[in-house]
Amino acid sequence: MGNNIVEKILQAHTDTINFKIGDIISVKVDFAFSNDITAPLAIEFFEECKAEDVFDKTRVGIIPDHFTPNKDIKSAEQSKILREFARKYQLENYFEVGRMGIEHALLPEKGLILPGDLVVGADSHTDTSGALGAVAIGVGSTDLGYAMALGEMWLKVPPVIRFNYYGKLNKWVGGKDLILYTISKISVSGANYKVMEFGGETIRNLSMDSRFTMCNMAIEAGAKTGIIEPDEKTLLYIESRTKRPYKVYKSDPDANYEEIIDLDVGTLEPQIALPHSPDNVHSINEIGEIKINQAVIGSCTNGRIEDLRIAAEVLQGHKVHPEVRLIVFPATQAIYQQAMQEGIIDIFITAGAAVSTPTCGPCLGGHMGILAKGERAISTTNRNFVGRMGHPESEVFLANPAVAAASAILGKIAHLEEVK
Amino acid sequence: MIIKGKAWKFRDNIDTDAIIPARYLNTSNPKELALHCMEDCNANFIKEMSAGDIIVAGYNFGCGSSREHAPIAIKEAGVSCVIAKSFARIFFRNAINIGLPIFESIDCAEQCEPGDILQVDSDKGIIKNLNNGEIYKTNIHPDFIQKIISLGGLKGYLKQQLKRREQNV
Repeated sequence: MGNNIVEKILQAHTDTINFKIGDIISVKVDFAFSNDITAPLAIEFFEECKAEDVFDKTRVGIIPDHFTPNKDIKSAEQSKILREFARKYQLENYFEVGRMGIEHALLPEKGLILPGDLVVGADSHTDTSGALGAVAIGVGSTDLGYAMALGEMWLKVPPVIRFNYYGKLNKWVGGKDLILYTISKISVSGANYKVMEFGGETIRNLSMDSRFTMCNMAIEAGAKTGIIEPDEKTLLYIESRTKRPYKVYKSDPDANYEEIIDLDVGTLEPQIALPHSPDNVHSINEIGEIKINQAVIGSCTNGRIEDLRIAAEVLQGHKVHPEVRLIVFPATQAIYQQAMQEGIIDIFITAGAAVSTPTCGPCLGGHMGILAKGERAISTTNRNFVGRMGHPESEVFLANPAVAAASAILGKIAHLEEVK
Repeated sequence: MIIKGKAWKFRDNIDTDAIIPARYLNTSNPKELALHCMEDCNANFIKEMSAGDIIVAGYNFGCGSSREHAPIAIKEAGVSCVIAKSFARIFFRNAINIGLPIFESIDCAEQCEPGDILQVDSDKGIIKNLNNGEIYKTNIHPDFIQKIISLGGLKGYLKQQLKRREQNV
């Protein structure tokens, strides 16, 4: 039996030979990163252990993206810890406000994560970079502190589930709908401790931006990570971004999978995850009339240029509903600038939207768009847990950027066909 | 290790936003975090619990974000251990790494009642319900995980690794 892409990448990063699923192995790490919520604890751990230096100054990233630009004094103190640590150890990849982006969009954009890499990040959405054909694993602060010190981490060799998608997607259906649909099939714990490998003709035809969206939400099914084999689209994406050598791994035709799941998505309609779980997913045609107070377009899930283009296409010539606040937050400064050059930001502002600097703020109820008691939001983000975006009695509905934009116009969760 | 305490029961899929909401993550001070432990799924928990009490939950405990603040809040609140049908993987790592004892037991989560006094024997892999004498099985962690636990968490393990590297240079 052949090997899958995950086994091949792990083998390239460990001295252990002939490992099997469930074995605990030590692996070398190509890149380790954290943010303003997770880094302070990682730094405290690093310093308490008296680690003398980071394992490689070019391969440790620190990105203050969650409560930034800092929302209060406490979060400013947290960010200060990051800044001082980055300066002390002369880290090459510290990204200050204004030159910053949401970590999972920024690091691929900067060419810091490449195919075949083994990446560890102190943030659960680290899995996003699996879209490049890397093994990218989210961990907590202590694990990250360990990786910063030694350039290694321990992990349990995971089984892999292969998902094959067939069919040509309907217009207004994208990576977000594919991943929500997939999570609904297997539940929020359906891939716990496993890797989700996405492939098939639909994925081959999918843009890189949509592939990032899919891998981003693998964690919402409990997965260790999501991954997509690199192809010509992947190589085109990284071509201009790096000079560092990398290696493309692909799964063998007879690769070892725990399960292979085939999904026909040719007739899929936009998918909505209802409160309070990302697996509470329904087709938009099934949910009835749901009024909203806020629409959010952005985040590490759907804040890339393709997402903004789609939202702008829907919003052009329309106004945001009088009873709705639309908040758009591009995932990185480069995406923001490109959107500006394409006239997209102008469309948002003309429609009556607030456009924000990159931040994770609204997605996790941190700042820049908190919901009051009883309020409802439609959001292109990744989680709709109780209290995720504000008051414990507020509600979040997850959707793709086209649906979020259409809903912002009509004041209720709406299909594109309803926007005249 | 023997752990004894009163059971507080929680549902399946308790996420880290429920354990410690993001609105309190502008600090990593354990004492401040502990004040809001489990706030969005049981606001009375932190007021009514006593040191040594045990959280007993369903499947996929700790799903969602990677915030280590979640096990830190639980540990600092005085919870002696968490027993669940299963744990989300990042929470599992974080708990082991910071020295919060965790155990998987479907039987215990299904059969014990809120308020029951439980006694966990981690070496034997059994949990005894002192209210009715029932015995539930729990897992024994793999050797490597046991080693981290015996060193008090990943801190002890990293210190050991750093010392080893120094000696090899």
